Amino acid sequence: MRAASAVLRIVPLSVGGGLFVTTVALSLSALIFGAFVASLGVDPFGVFATIYKAAFGSWFSWQNTLSRAAPLILAALCVALPARLGLVIIGGEGAILLGGLAAAVAGIHLAGLPAIVGTPALLVAGATVGGLWIGFCGVMRSYRGVNETISSLLLVYLAVTIFDHLVDGPLRDLSNVNFPSTHPIDENFKIGNIPGADMHWGLVVGCLACLAAALYMRVTPQGFAMRIAGGNPRAALALGLPVGRMVIVVCLVGGAAAGLAGALEVAAVQGRASGALHVGYGFMGILVAFLARHNPLAVIAAAILTGGIAASSGLLQRVYDLPDATAIVLQGIVFLSILTCETLYGRAGALFRWMMPGPTSRERA
Amino acid sequence: MGRDEAALQVSALSKRFGDVVALKDADLHLATGSFHALLGENGAGKSTLARCVIGLVQPDAGRIEIDARERRIGSPKEAHDWGVGMVHQHFSLVPNMTVAENLVTSKFTGSWIIDWRREVRDLDDFCSRMPFTVDLSAPVSSLAAGEKQKVEILKQLFLGHHILILDEPTSVLTLEEADELFGMLRQRTQRGELSVLLITHKLREVFKFAEVVSVLRRGQVVARGSVQEFTSDDLAHHMVGESGLPTVVARENKTAGRTGIQVRDLVVRSDKGIDAVKGADLTVRSGEIVGVAGVSGNGQRELLEVLAGQRQATTGSVEVHGARYHATRHEMLEHGVFFLPEEPLRTASVASMTLAENLAFRGFDQPPLCRRRWVLSRDRMKSRARDLVARYRIKAANVDVPIEQLSGGNVQRTVLARELSAGVQVLVASNPCFGLDVGAVAEIHSQIMAARNRGAAVLMVSEDLDELMALSDRIIVMFEGRFVHEVAAADADLQVIGRHMTGGHHATTS
Repeated sequence: MRAASAVLRIVPLSVGGGLFVTTVALSLSALIFGAFVASLGVDPFGVFATIYKAAFGSWFSWQNTLSRAAPLILAALCVALPARLGLVIIGGEGAILLGGLAAAVAGIHLAGLPAIVGTPALLVAGATVGGLWIGFCGVMRSYRGVNETISSLLLVYLAVTIFDHLVDGPLRDLSNVNFPSTHPIDENFKIGNIPGADMHWGLVVGCLACLAAALYMRVTPQGFAMRIAGGNPRAALALGLPVGRMVIVVCLVGGAAAGLAGALEVAAVQGRASGALHVGYGFMGILVAFLARHNPLAVIAAAILTGGIAASSGLLQRVYDLPDATAIVLQGIVFLSILTCETLYGRAGALFRWMMPGPTSRERA
Repeated sequence: MGRDEAALQVSALSKRFGDVVALKDADLHLATGSFHALLGENGAGKSTLARCVIGLVQPDAGRIEIDARERRIGSPKEAHDWGVGMVHQHFSLVPNMTVAENLVTSKFTGSWIIDWRREVRDLDDFCSRMPFTVDLSAPVSSLAAGEKQKVEILKQLFLGHHILILDEPTSVLTLEEADELFGMLRQRTQRGELSVLLITHKLREVFKFAEVVSVLRRGQVVARGSVQEFTSDDLAHHMVGESGLPTVVARENKTAGRTGIQVRDLVVRSDKGIDAVKGADLTVRSGEIVGVAGVSGNGQRELLEVLAGQRQATTGSVEVHGARYHATRHEMLEHGVFFLPEEPLRTASVASMTLAENLAFRGFDQPPLCRRRWVLSRDRMKSRARDLVARYRIKAANVDVPIEQLSGGNVQRTVLARELSAGVQVLVASNPCFGLDVGAVAEIHSQIMAARNRGAAVLMVSEDLDELMALSDRIIVMFEGRFVHEVAAADADLQVIGRHMTGGHHATTS
């Protein structure tokens, strides 16, 4: 199965080496994207300045960027955590949809309970359903050897179908004529904004989750065992580590993060489950995780960068009359550049090592 | 062709890696049609010399002549053009391609189309003239180490090189296979078709097959001449210099104790889905070493993978100290079960993790490395690693380097230090000395023997019969997934064992 996802591997590197690869990849993306907008007859430097201004230029744009980054952080953890065990999960979108739906259902049915019970309950419902959804990929991988990349991707289509069916059918709020959606959750359960900012608490939850994941990997023996199993499953088995169980657990946790992202979208932004959940957070999470080289702390920075690019989309359209897909094109270029540079680092290692400072080019002397 | 004409002449070759002098004015004269042995300890510069000749490393000074022409060899491709090929210590095959694909694509033809039908016909024809066979349609990743080595040698002969450098090629071959292989190479050298440079530390091979021998020590050729001029003591002395040969810990006389490993009616399926182990029964008692002999690919690997927890058995049971054993971490800890696998970088280490981390793989979830079950102490991990590095003489800049930067011998020592430093009661070893030099082998043999003397039950699979004879108390021969012969090592006869290894028991027992 490794052969199929060999291209999607991140080479384990030191922090410095990782930053180097990422920097090269981002520079390469800037170059290609610059050429792309230039070919549309637009000044690339102006475009970059506009992206910066729209994403990070003011407190207002920062708030916009951070709001967009919040769901991406959790969605990225659904990719980054399993990747630590060498798994390539790309189906976080499914967990987000069903997690959001579960949260909405909980929020409707628990109506009347105090918020202190109701809000956590709907978040837990979302995380549980998301966790079980991706955890199922882990179970299939562990017990039947089913490739988790393919199974998680195919499960997205199943999740979309289930979601659409329920939202458009049994769970539909018929008073909402124009747009299929569930009934709204109890107003009481809604999560408010961080005081003094136009951003909800999801951002904080995501950052805490990343911090917890980083600490877990770094400090605990269980995290250490995950690094062994991710680095060399054969060695892990010979050490008696329960690799199969670890695969399932990490999928459960990753899926729970994505499910939580969906639940937070419902509880803090939408107030109900609808097609507005299905906007590709799960897929953008893949980009964020790879950009962060699956490092949970770097996920925060990568999500902010990606959120910033998304936030600049509107201004690019207005100022330069660029198509609205421009931001998506940029994200796609970044993703391909990352994969290319990772692959080149493994294969054409000599070229990169030669470019890198340090004593590694001794052989050439 | 004149016998003294040099197929390969190396003059005053020098090479430094940073501060380390690998080669210093080394000279070598490989006469056309000769079988030349290059002896030396690990780190003596044998491999560096070979790598210069094959174009993998550029020498700092000196000249290389092939067929009396000075050549600058920039790459293995150029070496191939001049007819020089090398079988490496470590495998250079593409694991997910079949043997046939590896052989065909190794030809540097650069043509756009491969006529597979013709190629396969040529290959079949070629293989029928070879002294050993390999399943051409098997993916290389499914082959055991010994089989891979055979493919490497086949590849060189298939490419039609007339100067062949073999870097310790027989580490994983049986005595008979090695003899057959060298016999065939020797025939070709005598006909003047081939000149062989054999890098080895096995004196038996030198005396049996080589005509000329050169000994390297610390980058310099310290002795050379016709093999008849030397005794084995001479050569050993030249190899190790003043320090002398390390001695192996002596076997203490003791009666075997309680049952360590008990395997009952074990059936194990291989990657190809066929039964590789077909009903194995085995008992290893504490205080004894049971050696499993066999040509690689007869189920040894699958048997050990079950014991190591890397593979599930189809039927049958494994018990350790009388209790059912599923290779969980808890059971390993409780019964003191440890492993010395072959290719330790691939099977027992995480290449990108540091030396200290790799040394902590056994104890990271136990005190003292772990406090209150949830906190790993990096400081204790490092100080313990420093202690082990000193005790087991692991050569590394510090304990924070990734283990992949260590040499093969040092990776082996690292795994040895990790597996043998913590109360071994049951030890499972698989070709533990593959590719190591005399000094390192003696050290590992000593450690295994010491573990046995302390009362460990040791099961060792090896394709090196000398190793099995030297260490085992009992030897069991495995052939086509079954144990076909068992003998106390003291009564063992190499010829009889060799016959059983190749299935000869059918003739004698029926």
